[in-house]
Amino acid sequence: MLILILRRLGSMVLIMLVVSIILFAIFETDKLSVAGKVLGPYSSLEQREIWLEKNGYNQSFWTRYMIWAGNAMRGDFGQSLQLKVPVSEVLWPRLANTGLLALCLFAIMIPMSLCMGVLAGMKEGSFQDRAITVFSVLTTSIPEFASATLLTAVFVFGLGWLPGTSSMTGGFNFTELILPVLVLLLYDFGYITRMTRASMAEVMNSQYIRTAVLKGLPYQRVIMRHALRNALIAPFTVIVLQLNWLLSGVIVVEVFFAYKGFGKLLLDAALFGDIFVIEACTLVAVFVAVASQFISDIGYTYLNPRIRFS
Amino acid sequence: MNTTAASTIERPSALSRFFAGLGLLRESPIGMFGAALVLFWLVMSIIAPILPLHDPLAALMPFQKIGAVSPDGLTFWLGTDDKGRDILSRVIWGSQRVLIWASLATVVAYFFGMLMGVAAGYLGGWWDEVISFIGNVLLSFPVMILYILIVSYLGASGINIVIAVTFASAPGIMRIVRGLILDLRTRDYVAAAQTRGEPALRIMLVELLPNARGPLIVDACLRLGYTVVAIATLGFLGLGLPPPDPDWGLMIKEAVPLGSFAGHMMVIPALALSSLILGFNLLADGLREISLRD
Amino acid sequence: MNDQEQPVLDIKDLCISYYTRAGEIPAVVDFSLTVKPGETIGIVGESGCGKSTVAMAIMQYMGSNGGIKSGSIKFKGRDMTQMSEEELRKLRGSEISMIYQEPFAALNPSLLLKDQLMEVPLTHEDITRDQAYERARELLANVKLPDPDRIMNSYPHQLSGGQQQRVVIAMGLLGNPALLLLDEPTTALDVTVEAGIVKLIADISRKFGTSQIYISHNLGLILETCDRVFVMYSGEVVEEGTIDSLFTWPRHPYTHGLFGCIPLPTADKNAAPLKPIRGQLPLPHERPSGCYFGPRCDHFQAGRCDGDKLHMEHVTGSAEDHRVRCIRWQEIDHTKEAPGGEAKEAMELGENVLEVNHMKKYYDVIDTSFSALISGNRVKHVKANEELNFNAREGETVAIVGESGCGKSTFAKVLMGLEGGTDGEIKHQGKDVSTTLVRDRSDKQISSLQMVFQNPSDTLNPSQTIGNQISRVIKKFGVATDKEEIFDMVMKLLDTVKLPRDFYYRRPRQLSGGQKQRIGIARAFAGNPSMVIADEPVSALDVSVAAAVTELLMDIQRENKTTLLFISHDLSVVRYLSDRIVVMYLGHIMERGTTEEIFEPPYHPYTEALLSAVPIADPEVTKREILLEGNLPSVMNPPKGCPFCTRCPRRIGDVCDNEMPPDRQVTDTHRIKCHIPIEELRKVEPVIHVPSPEERVGKPEIKVPTH
Repeated sequence: MLILILRRLGSMVLIMLVVSIILFAIFETDKLSVAGKVLGPYSSLEQREIWLEKNGYNQSFWTRYMIWAGNAMRGDFGQSLQLKVPVSEVLWPRLANTGLLALCLFAIMIPMSLCMGVLAGMKEGSFQDRAITVFSVLTTSIPEFASATLLTAVFVFGLGWLPGTSSMTGGFNFTELILPVLVLLLYDFGYITRMTRASMAEVMNSQYIRTAVLKGLPYQRVIMRHALRNALIAPFTVIVLQLNWLLSGVIVVEVFFAYKGFGKLLLDAALFGDIFVIEACTLVAVFVAVASQFISDIGYTYLNPRIRFS
Repeated sequence: MNTTAASTIERPSALSRFFAGLGLLRESPIGMFGAALVLFWLVMSIIAPILPLHDPLAALMPFQKIGAVSPDGLTFWLGTDDKGRDILSRVIWGSQRVLIWASLATVVAYFFGMLMGVAAGYLGGWWDEVISFIGNVLLSFPVMILYILIVSYLGASGINIVIAVTFASAPGIMRIVRGLILDLRTRDYVAAAQTRGEPALRIMLVELLPNARGPLIVDACLRLGYTVVAIATLGFLGLGLPPPDPDWGLMIKEAVPLGSFAGHMMVIPALALSSLILGFNLLADGLREISLRD
Repeated sequence: MNDQEQPVLDIKDLCISYYTRAGEIPAVVDFSLTVKPGETIGIVGESGCGKSTVAMAIMQYMGSNGGIKSGSIKFKGRDMTQMSEEELRKLRGSEISMIYQEPFAALNPSLLLKDQLMEVPLTHEDITRDQAYERARELLANVKLPDPDRIMNSYPHQLSGGQQQRVVIAMGLLGNPALLLLDEPTTALDVTVEAGIVKLIADISRKFGTSQIYISHNLGLILETCDRVFVMYSGEVVEEGTIDSLFTWPRHPYTHGLFGCIPLPTADKNAAPLKPIRGQLPLPHERPSGCYFGPRCDHFQAGRCDGDKLHMEHVTGSAEDHRVRCIRWQEIDHTKEAPGGEAKEAMELGENVLEVNHMKKYYDVIDTSFSALISGNRVKHVKANEELNFNAREGETVAIVGESGCGKSTFAKVLMGLEGGTDGEIKHQGKDVSTTLVRDRSDKQISSLQMVFQNPSDTLNPSQTIGNQISRVIKKFGVATDKEEIFDMVMKLLDTVKLPRDFYYRRPRQLSGGQKQRIGIARAFAGNPSMVIADEPVSALDVSVAAAVTELLMDIQRENKTTLLFISHDLSVVRYLSDRIVVMYLGHIMERGTTEEIFEPPYHPYTEALLSAVPIADPEVTKREILLEGNLPSVMNPPKGCPFCTRCPRRIGDVCDNEMPPDRQVTDTHRIKCHIPIEELRKVEPVIHVPSPEERVGKPEIKVPTH
């Protein structure tokens, strides 16, 4: 177990290392273009070279990478070109905003999709199974920005119940969170539901469930004690991995609703060419993804006695 | 020379087997519905040039409602947009564009994904270590971030979208193929081929890959759906196929600020997009259901 | 048994159907059975005959698409088909329990065994947890599991297959049931482990007075465990009777045919070969009218056998409950038929084709445990093959026998060039091939050494036609190059394996298991090999099909003077077809010799136990019972001395634990690896006693009343 954790940690570090090198190589190999980005397109060659000299850019690629990586680990990602403030000053509050969105989403999505998945998988082929399955395919088929469009058409322009943007300009407003969460929920819950359903259905068809039923156990005990324990192992890993998906989905939703989160920051930076923000955001996103993969792997091992004790 | 033996044995034609396979889909109503949706958009995109549509780029009359008729007798079945372009025509031409690029991107991603997956799964050892690590690195990027990085770095164009989709999808395909191959390579018929001294390439291409096709077809179907989403989302974010050619994602992006008074401009492409993706998802579901039955 | 006693189970005219998209499929027709208290009933039949469906119907666990169409299942006088779900639940686990085929799948992988065991009495009785624990512990001890407390606190995967099955049996007995259903309880286990379980099951009814229904495809196991037996074919019972009456005087042509398919000790590949039943089991919706066995029966009479539905008739002159479903049972005189098929000529043996000298195969396994990392002993040698020595001559059949993990498949891999040997040599036609991988062998070398695989379901590439797969072999080995010539050769091969020529364009999924195995044989022989390795080629097939495939394999061998290396775990098949036998255990050859030498003393103690473990479906053959204690050790962690020392009933002392035994020569051809001197081993009594034809009560004529 300990070996496994160490090995996973090692591969996590290795992936972060490779990703950071790739990022650095993509954005900062061409020194002049970095200077051009910083000083603007109309800066002269001399200006750029002076800037490069002043900022230590005339060292070898690997030295620069080491310095850059060291700074990044201390949370110093440089100065945002677009917002003219240190990247860390915008990054952390934006990340917190996105975290709030994710928290609301997970709080609703996890219980909901697990329940629906278990209900569907319990009786494979029944009406409740068919209904849940079709509903989850339907909602997963509508991309986030399309459902955002449709929901806005109904709740904002049609009924006028909810605000159409979530920029929170007038301070924190709970109602502005509803539509973004709803859009993410619609798109994401289907996946966990279907995963849970498949896992539950497989368990219900297994021989040990037959054993449990033929031992004369009450149905409730068969489900609660024998089925759920095995059926929820797979969805657990999926839920953790959803963090990775969420980071994708959150970009579209935040852009659509003008929510001041991490995704919008990244997209704005990408459109503007704000390389230091892009680097910072990508590093953070990859870190979250890799860390969730790590948690999911360890969790899976821990939940599965067959692996835990061998 | 014994030719009589050959003539007494009837060889089933490839065509009849194809139709027998297609007939299987009838067993799944959900799959049939999905296939119908996909087929509808496929047919539409193919016959778009011969349909009596307005020019999708021509500015005719702005902000026409659904079914409006212009003074000079043109009917706008789905209305027009803010620049006066016919939405019906743009939606149908848009379907052609998204289907072409989505299929191309999926095919390319599959090519590389299968190549990597078969090599990792069959050759094992260092091949597997290296390929799996590359896959893990790519998979550790949230998909949309990878798209944004690649497209913003290379610039927005069809080919670059294909490249972005390949980078994002190929590792996933690689993992699936690798898993399937690891399972299949323990089969006795693979051992039979090995003990007969078949070259590795032939074992991969003849003994392994064709037998992995069931789950791969299902996955390809789902992936086509994802790719359509990706292309449309990039369009929506302003990183997609360049205007003015009709693009569903871009159409929605342009319509959102005008949503309060020209709702049809954003709802119609959103519905078109969702129906196509739904088609792919249901088709994949139906195919999976059928493949699990035998 | 007192006839006045109320039967535990009384099934009357039961019909069970499955409802699929294709319509109603009758799985079991017209099934009646009575189980008296303490009695053990056997249900025997080939796959698809409906025997497991009967078991699930008794448990009233049919799945969503199965249903009882008519008839009744009375348990202690109450009809179970009329019971509510709650009434059934109270019965299950307390009054009726079931033992399953795959113990590992039957146990919940993520619950401790104590929880799985204790919940049975906790659910059905008013009992405290401590009492339940005590009861479970006691039963584990009763099913002869060592250290019950440790097992109670284990997860299923931490036990061996045999131990798991004992736990499942204990779980079944926890509610002290009146009836125990056993569905192929030993099929997934090794022979010596199976013997222990069979003994345990046979003791249950004696100890607990439990009635049992034992379902199996193996007539030998039924003979060892049951009082009465029901033979099923295609959904119906064709014959029933006491063990003695049915095994000694089978009346139904199908039952009789089954005995002709089993390699009993009396069978001989030359003098009395097996006599397969022709054709194959009809699909449920293609069953003929009248007798379902009609199309495969040698006694079929048009107009009589394919008329009305047949009913069970009492066999007059035999035991009281001997009944048969055959319209001609009185006319057919089975005694006039030769017991086996037509005699065949014995083969001349030629030069040595294969010589194995001191062959070793070690695997390096990297130990990932933390302690290994610290101590630095990370690489462990797994000795899959240690010091193999034997040879095989042209036209000879040499069998390698052993249980799982004995290294027989590893040897096949090295021989075929899929892996390289570690040391020693394997000379095939004079050339050492032990370290030559298949890609470095010439086409001629490869084609002269081919293999028939075990599992019919994956021996053929599902996405290629049969014709293509055989053609490819011919092309690859350069036997022929011209397209039409190849086609003709494939046709001839199809003829040789007795399959219709239009199979050329078929795909594997359109073939039955036996047919696939025939194609596998055709493929192996397509390149005219001098030697063929057959890795358990019939172990996955039904008895009647297995007999046909075995005979076919030997016929082709005879024709081509091929050397056959037959790998098997089944000593009865091996005895039947091989000339010489190699007995392996944990990578070592424990004994080797001619077939006669292996089956007569002196034995290696392991061979002795193996012989005793093989079930024989002949009530007049007697066996000495030898039960092995303990589990098969893991190859990863073998004993230091003799590999068999941990389970050996004849262990003589510390020398067994600490020293590798010498390879003692008995005769020119017979060697035994054991510390016990040969003279001592010679004094051992034979394990199996086969009565001579004069001594037999069965088989000679019985009075057949003329109608």
